[in-house]
Amino acid sequence: MYGNDFQAPGEHAPEETAIDGSRIRAHDLDAQFQAIIEGDGRIEPRDAMPEAYRKTLIRQIAQHAHSEIIGMQPEGNWISRAPSLRRKAILMAKVQDEAGHGLYLYAAAETLGADRADLLDMLHNGRQKYSSIFNYPTLTWADMGAIGWLVDGAAIVNQVPLCRCSYGPYARAMIRVCKEESFHQRQGFEILHTLSHGTPEQHAMAQDAVDRWWWPSLMMFGPPDTESPNSAQSMAWGIKRFSNDDLRQRFVDMTVPQAEALGLTLPDPDLTWNAERGHHDFGEIDFTELFEVIKGNGPCNRQRMEQRRGSHQDGAWVRDAAAAYAEKQTARAAGQETAA
Amino acid sequence: MTEPPFEPAEPTLAGTQDLTAAGGHGAVPTSGVPTEQAPAAAARREWPLWEVFVRAKRGLSHVHVGSLHAPDAAMAVRNARDLYTRRQEGVSIWVLPAGQITASSPDEKDAFFEPAGDKIYRHPTFYDVPEGVEHL
Repeated sequence: MYGNDFQAPGEHAPEETAIDGSRIRAHDLDAQFQAIIEGDGRIEPRDAMPEAYRKTLIRQIAQHAHSEIIGMQPEGNWISRAPSLRRKAILMAKVQDEAGHGLYLYAAAETLGADRADLLDMLHNGRQKYSSIFNYPTLTWADMGAIGWLVDGAAIVNQVPLCRCSYGPYARAMIRVCKEESFHQRQGFEILHTLSHGTPEQHAMAQDAVDRWWWPSLMMFGPPDTESPNSAQSMAWGIKRFSNDDLRQRFVDMTVPQAEALGLTLPDPDLTWNAERGHHDFGEIDFTELFEVIKGNGPCNRQRMEQRRGSHQDGAWVRDAAAAYAEKQTARAAGQETAA
Repeated sequence: MTEPPFEPAEPTLAGTQDLTAAGGHGAVPTSGVPTEQAPAAAARREWPLWEVFVRAKRGLSHVHVGSLHAPDAAMAVRNARDLYTRRQEGVSIWVLPAGQITASSPDEKDAFFEPAGDKIYRHPTFYDVPEGVEHL
């Protein structure tokens, strides 16, 4: 947040600040916003912005934050069972990073006048969502590799263009996130590489993880462009820079040679190089699965939400105690001042 | 705590609920999702917001890196260390209650800075220097 002069929700429409009932000022603010967007400039928190732009960003940033926070669970699941101290230390650092990413993003959402506690409430009561990828279970250690390599790999492809998002605080948060994600992807790749070149059982475990995570990773990019009606507006606002299908294609093209280096196969018989297009062709994605998982019918939706709500409730006494202590200290300091 | 009534939008393939990859960590809905909570929820006692400034290394000034919530200043510094310097990004941290910042103008607009706009003679490049004159 940058200062303390937010308008309260509802007071946001520039028309209400118009003098003498004239709409000229509102018009000016609109034109200024458009000029910044068209010049590929950055909108900053206290700039005038269309209400729809503000809401779109809050929705996107908040749900991105929720995804990072929920994303701690599938991997947190394996911290106590990591195969070595080195792997354990790395996994703990990674899960801590995910918490950090969530916090950068909640902070960015708050610059738009949202309240973090409200956003968490909306996560907890299901009114806001998180990425469906985290509703799949992590069944073996190799899943830590597949998540790092494929899920974080897909996230990087999504997130790199967001570093140039038209909203300054979101773009700045994404720059930090992207720097940290590249460690995540590499450590996942290293896990799979070690397993793939280990015993036949380890190789099979790595292949099984890739088989299970490949298609859900492709679904992370969202439905095909033809079924993504809101994308055009986000593109016009400079929030979104590339279409779902373009990003998905980029991910496939970059992942295929990496799979070869790992000595693992991607579970798609239709995956072939298309020299004419200069891209890989790949099989059809079952989007009914994506929508089922978003609806709440994925393998782990209920478990993830229960754990999140539980953690939040279990931490309530800590939050309250810290607030009570701060209040007491403030009161004491005030008392000493009056006494002196 | 009573929760507001929850009526989830039913996602369908026909796209009544749009999704975007720009959700960052995977597709998330872009429609049918509220951005503001019912007003009843506002009665909580929340930790205040702090702005965080980090000195990357000796010789550089503190730079704003973001914000965080913490119950008091001491906790804000500790949380800032864990949040913004996990990879040795800093040697010194300042925290400041967000509400204590006084900003130049409510909307970061040109008028306030306009007086400097027509004074290009404040820059050395404004002046013509004859050919061959050095160290000027």
